[in-house]
Amino acid sequence: MNVLLEFRRDFLLAIAGLAVLLLIGLGVDHPWPRDFLTSIFAYGLLAMSLNLLIGFTGLVSFGHAAFFAFGGYTFGLLLQSTGFTGAMGAWSVPVAFVAAAGGTALYALVIGAICVRLSEIYFAFLTLAFQMFLYSLIISWVDVTGGDQGLMGGIPRPEFLGVDLSNPYDRYVTCAIVFVACLMLLRVVTESPFGYTLRMIRDNPTRTAFLGVNVFRVKLISFVVAGAVAGVGGVILALFTSGAYPEWAYWAQSGEAIFMIMLGGLTVFLGPLLGAVLLRILNDVVQSYTTHSEIVIGIVILAVVLGLRRGILDFIRDLWVEREQSSLRRAADDTSRSAGGEAGR
Amino acid sequence: MFDLDAISTCLSTSACVVNQVTSGLIIGMLLFLVASGVTLIFGVLHVINFAHGSFYMLGAYFAYTAYQITGSYFLAAAFGALGAGVAGVLFERLIISRVYGQNVLMQLLVCYAFILITDDLVKVFWGAEYLAMGIPPEFRLPPFRIAGGFVPPFYLFLVAVAVVIGIGSLLLVGRTRFGKIVRAAAINPSMVSALGIRVPVYFALLFGYGCILAGVAGALAAPVRSMTPGMGFGILVESFIVTVIGGMGSITGAFLAAIILGLTRSIGSVGFPLFVDGAMFLIMALVLIFRPTGLLGQGQLR
Repeated sequence: MNVLLEFRRDFLLAIAGLAVLLLIGLGVDHPWPRDFLTSIFAYGLLAMSLNLLIGFTGLVSFGHAAFFAFGGYTFGLLLQSTGFTGAMGAWSVPVAFVAAAGGTALYALVIGAICVRLSEIYFAFLTLAFQMFLYSLIISWVDVTGGDQGLMGGIPRPEFLGVDLSNPYDRYVTCAIVFVACLMLLRVVTESPFGYTLRMIRDNPTRTAFLGVNVFRVKLISFVVAGAVAGVGGVILALFTSGAYPEWAYWAQSGEAIFMIMLGGLTVFLGPLLGAVLLRILNDVVQSYTTHSEIVIGIVILAVVLGLRRGILDFIRDLWVEREQSSLRRAADDTSRSAGGEAGR
Repeated sequence: MFDLDAISTCLSTSACVVNQVTSGLIIGMLLFLVASGVTLIFGVLHVINFAHGSFYMLGAYFAYTAYQITGSYFLAAAFGALGAGVAGVLFERLIISRVYGQNVLMQLLVCYAFILITDDLVKVFWGAEYLAMGIPPEFRLPPFRIAGGFVPPFYLFLVAVAVVIGIGSLLLVGRTRFGKIVRAAAINPSMVSALGIRVPVYFALLFGYGCILAGVAGALAAPVRSMTPGMGFGILVESFIVTVIGGMGSITGAFLAAIILGLTRSIGSVGFPLFVDGAMFLIMALVLIFRPTGLLGQGQLR
């Protein structure tokens, strides 16, 4: 019952958040907020889905951007194929969307089935290795993927149900709805009993297995859900840039996603999203001052990791918890002192 | 995509076999040097040095500059190796030592930051373009003819240096006082420091030694491969595959796996040039399915 109430609150919050996003995107005349927010939708989904693995399941994947790229490329390639658009007609875009998300889920199932059994370091390695495999495939399979030039020539977007994705407003609204829906999905997954099983596995896999949980299967499901959501992020970016680029599958993209999580905080649900926003802003600001932005970003990472040792929202939450605890302790001290005083009298 | 006929014709002519095997060996030896550094650092410090490729890159660029100044390749190689080692000790003292015993995420992130910074610094000092050192004059000799194949003298030098260093690493860890202390500290650092040994110094030295190995590989690669910022990451991924196949912490395993992968690369490039990367991953997946700890891995440095 409590869980249901909580979901109703989250659902209302999500609707309110969506309303705010739509107000900003449609109310402001300038394209900048729309473009900025659309890129946040894409990278935010990448970071939030990766945090389902890192923060909730304890699986440090260093190859998560592979699914991001896989979703983007599948979506773009399907729509660029005349056979597909010819067969699907007006339904091309929604079918390509579902196929990209489903295809990424399948891809994550295969990769996950191989990787998830391994311990943390081997797991990080192997996911990284598979990501670089996908990257080299994209780079070398020039006929299909366009190689290092990326998927050029734009992605055709036939109108469906009155939605025209080549119109920036329609595109923004669609991306915002998809983004909020994916956040709700992640929220449901993390707050459900399944989500608590994930936390249990993160904290103590051996004990979880003793309780009769099939740890492998639960981890694999988490891996597939995270992969599919990252794939949707890739679709949004493909829609936004009207193409797909091999850098999406490059290791640095995964590193960036991990840093977003670390910067924003990995124990608070929206932490990675805050990290994504901050990193994009940081990137934009630094790039407007220097071409050697990587040095600055690297130094910021070192400062956050070695100085703060946790994300910003984690830090705030810890402060909050500490204050609650100390006020509770003070209250307890007061009662015991007054009780002691009475006994002495 | 798969031209098996090309492979069988190559394997039936001795000249082609000699050429492919020597080029496979030099790829393998470079991989071995980098991977043995990764595996040593992991075996003792339980840290995955994701930045190890950067020391390979630094070794190559330091050697390039030293070669431009001194004109002697041997001095250049020594400078590249030592420069990478010094950078490694600094990296260990200033950054890595602060994340010992923390989760993999922290180690990953600081290494990621280090890669970003060094790649960008290399762009500042040497530019973003490809650089080529070329075969140094010491080695501009006619190639040896072995069974119809041509083997450049530098290739033999490279393989010999790598084998000597590999044996040296085994002896250093297995037979010397330094190796004994480091192995003991790997198992119980507080006990070792209670005996009056300054464990952090030994950890830093070991980390530096691992980086020297990467730097040597970079300096050896400089004459035969082109240099570019970001060159470290390709070899890093491959050396990870080598350590996974060979077994983490096993130098002999790394040697074996590096030769297997080097030969796969060179012979594969005859028959399936686009799928050589795929073949490496295939081998890794097979090894992990049948021997999850790698060919010779025991999860500990022995």
